[in-house]
Amino acid sequence: MSPHQISAPRDHKNTHGSVASYTVGFVASLILTGLSFGAIMGRWVSHDMALPTLVCLAVLQLLIQLVFFLHMGTAPEQRSDLAALVFTVLILATIVAGSLWVMHNANINMMPTGMSTDSAKLKP
Amino acid sequence: MDTSTTNIPSPSHGDHAHSHDDSRNTVMGFWLYLMSDCLIFSVLFATFGVLAANTAGGPDGRDLFKLSYVAGETLILLITSFTFGMAMIQMHAGAKSKVILWLAITAAFGAAFIAMEIYEFAELLHEGAGPGRSAFLSAYFVLVGTHGLHVTAGLMWLITMIHQTMTYGLDGIVRRRLACLSLFWHFLDLVWICVFTFVYLRGML
Repeated sequence: MSPHQISAPRDHKNTHGSVASYTVGFVASLILTGLSFGAIMGRWVSHDMALPTLVCLAVLQLLIQLVFFLHMGTAPEQRSDLAALVFTVLILATIVAGSLWVMHNANINMMPTGMSTDSAKLKP
Repeated sequence: MDTSTTNIPSPSHGDHAHSHDDSRNTVMGFWLYLMSDCLIFSVLFATFGVLAANTAGGPDGRDLFKLSYVAGETLILLITSFTFGMAMIQMHAGAKSKVILWLAITAAFGAAFIAMEIYEFAELLHEGAGPGRSAFLSAYFVLVGTHGLHVTAGLMWLITMIHQTMTYGLDGIVRRRLACLSLFWHFLDLVWICVFTFVYLRGML
């Protein structure tokens, strides 16, 4: 972030992006997408590490596209946009993680089909 | 505007600053809409995450998804993000004909993406793996279909903006609308990152 951007919040030029910034975003996205597909199609990572790897690559690519394509930044005029995004991510994480957690617990505590209420009570 | 105040520099300057702020407010309002759209997708992703294993004895992701095909779709959508960026750069440079050219290229790739998705859905239906087959497939069709509908709406908006740029030139209103469409289009690419990661690649594990 250049000091110019902070001292001149009315200057929109810096938040428009340039051919260079779009190219950097595009190439970085290509590489990260390639790594994601390669990790699964080419079995580059072990089965246990596959999901953490995918999540890391996806989060990295989301951040790169937010910065280079959507021009998210910390310049004063962008702060309200950024605040809205951060709040949305908080709600989003709560909805997704909460649903998965609650439903996973409901699944593993569900009485197996074919088991009666009485036999379930007898189980230690 | 309050005419009794004496420290307004000049009417034209004041109007310019005013319209500029209006435009900025519109783009911010559109950003807030996108955030609410984000919540729609988060609920659909949560639903898919919960139901992904419920295949009701039917086919799962490993049986159905062709990753090389999905990689092709991903590449096409990524290219549209880049070409739309080029259109925005030309817009700020005031080069009307180049804006139209880049928007047309974006529309062509966007249409290719939609065509690939429709073909993919048709294949699944043909294999008997429609949304009625299992909870997994219901959630899959709703999530990926909602993204596809968004891209289709974006494509129609894109074609409208090509026409408006041709008719009105790059005036303030056209610029503001293009700025909103740019956010919308890049946002859909962000959603697709989550789709290919958590639906297609995750489905292969």
